[in-house]
Amino acid sequence: MAAWQNLVNFLGPDLARIVVGVVGVLALVQVNALFLVWLERKVAAHIQLRIGPKEVGPFGILQSIVDGIKLVGKELITPRHADRKLFMLAPIAVFLPVLVSFVVIPFSERLLIRDMNVGVLLIFAFSTFNVLAVLVGGWASNNKYSLLGAVRAVAQNVAYEIPLLLAVLSVVMWSNSLQMSEIVASQSKVWHVFSMPVATLIFLICATAETNRAPFDIPEAESELVAGFHTEYSGMRFALFFLAEYSNMLIVSAVATTLFFGGWKSPPFLGFLPVPGLIWFFAKTYALIFVTIWVRWTFPRLRFDQLMNFCWKIMIPAALLHLVVYAGIIKIVR
Amino acid sequence: MNSVQSLIQPQVLAQIGFAGIVALTLTGALIAVFPRNILYNILGLIVCLTGVAGIFVYLGSPFIALMELLIYVGAICISIIFAIMLSRPLHLSLPKRRLPKVGLALGVGAAVFIMLSAIISRTEWQPAATRSSDWSVATLGAYLLTRYDLVFEVISLVLLVAILGAIIISGYARRSPS
Repeated sequence: MAAWQNLVNFLGPDLARIVVGVVGVLALVQVNALFLVWLERKVAAHIQLRIGPKEVGPFGILQSIVDGIKLVGKELITPRHADRKLFMLAPIAVFLPVLVSFVVIPFSERLLIRDMNVGVLLIFAFSTFNVLAVLVGGWASNNKYSLLGAVRAVAQNVAYEIPLLLAVLSVVMWSNSLQMSEIVASQSKVWHVFSMPVATLIFLICATAETNRAPFDIPEAESELVAGFHTEYSGMRFALFFLAEYSNMLIVSAVATTLFFGGWKSPPFLGFLPVPGLIWFFAKTYALIFVTIWVRWTFPRLRFDQLMNFCWKIMIPAALLHLVVYAGIIKIVR
Repeated sequence: MNSVQSLIQPQVLAQIGFAGIVALTLTGALIAVFPRNILYNILGLIVCLTGVAGIFVYLGSPFIALMELLIYVGAICISIIFAIMLSRPLHLSLPKRRLPKVGLALGVGAAVFIMLSAIISRTEWQPAATRSSDWSVATLGAYLLTRYDLVFEVISLVLLVAILGAIIISGYARRSPS
């Protein structure tokens, strides 16, 4: 305890918060990925009337740790004609937004690294680097499947970012703030999922597309593109892409929880239960993640033209209309 | 008291941070201009714009910094890269650097530089203490829709220019497949 106190004194409150926060986020990201890989395989198996991983540990829960060790041991292969610098840079860049985004997510009333007044914006500004990493990785691999996957990823991400941001904008207008904690506070009576269900739906659909999850997984469509943009990556570099993908699922679900499902607040009718906010937050987040996995194993993959038409012809007009209608409602209510 | 602040002065740290940001911006700008690989140029531009965002953070306006990332890196650079990916393959021989073009680029660059430095040197800068310190999102929003309305609209032309430029670059490749 004394050593701990010394460390905090040495770093000062701000720096100590950042160091502890980053270490905590790194731990959370790893554990989350291990858990989600296992959960995904288990859920997929049960949906397809199989059992899934069962050999390693009870219910196969240690399976992803074993997989992780296998990945660490694998050789890092760089294709001969790949662009070496960018090929190495891409898996690192894909991880940057993951680290930054967790800084502003309020896990509970007290537990957040930094309560910035532009919190929502921070997450969406840095999610750009994710697209960028996919693009650079796909291009640097010098493989036609990788390049096609990367081009598809960008087309899809750029398109679906528009309705996503428009949906978030109506939440921001309603809570009158870009600060995550204030958005949570504005939902103390009614969660935004009930006051603006259309925005919630738009957000969840676009978030699925942004994280390249099925039915929007054409950037890595196995049946057409081998593995899409990460075809040429092996070992830990591949693992980093994978880790980022599962962390992005967590981020997107955590953001959805914060923006639409009341964040760390308990449901109003269960307010008497002595359950800490952290538990509620993770319960809601992982419930949303479960829905994403469920959707992935239920719906078939869309064709590229269907995907783009759906975004430009349905989602964007719907999101724009929603924004205008809600701006009117807010003007009248206030 | 034994703390990290007694080892490094916060002011020194701030200056190191500023130097780092400026170095990042300049490195990015150089990468954006000199390599002959067009994808490197764009990535350099992204590094440069990220550095500019860093300068905004240093000046105490994280909102502008994030908008810089969102609009310039997120929208403009990604759309440029996207167009370039669909353009000529990189293993084909590159067009030569033509002297008139380089000269024209240098001329335009110099003109912009002179104009900017003239404006900067003529502006009467006030010390930070006498200016308004209210740079909240609400204030900025009100300014953008009232006093700086025209500027705001003109800036949106940048996106148009970026898209047109990208189309010209990729269209150029299609016209001359030799």
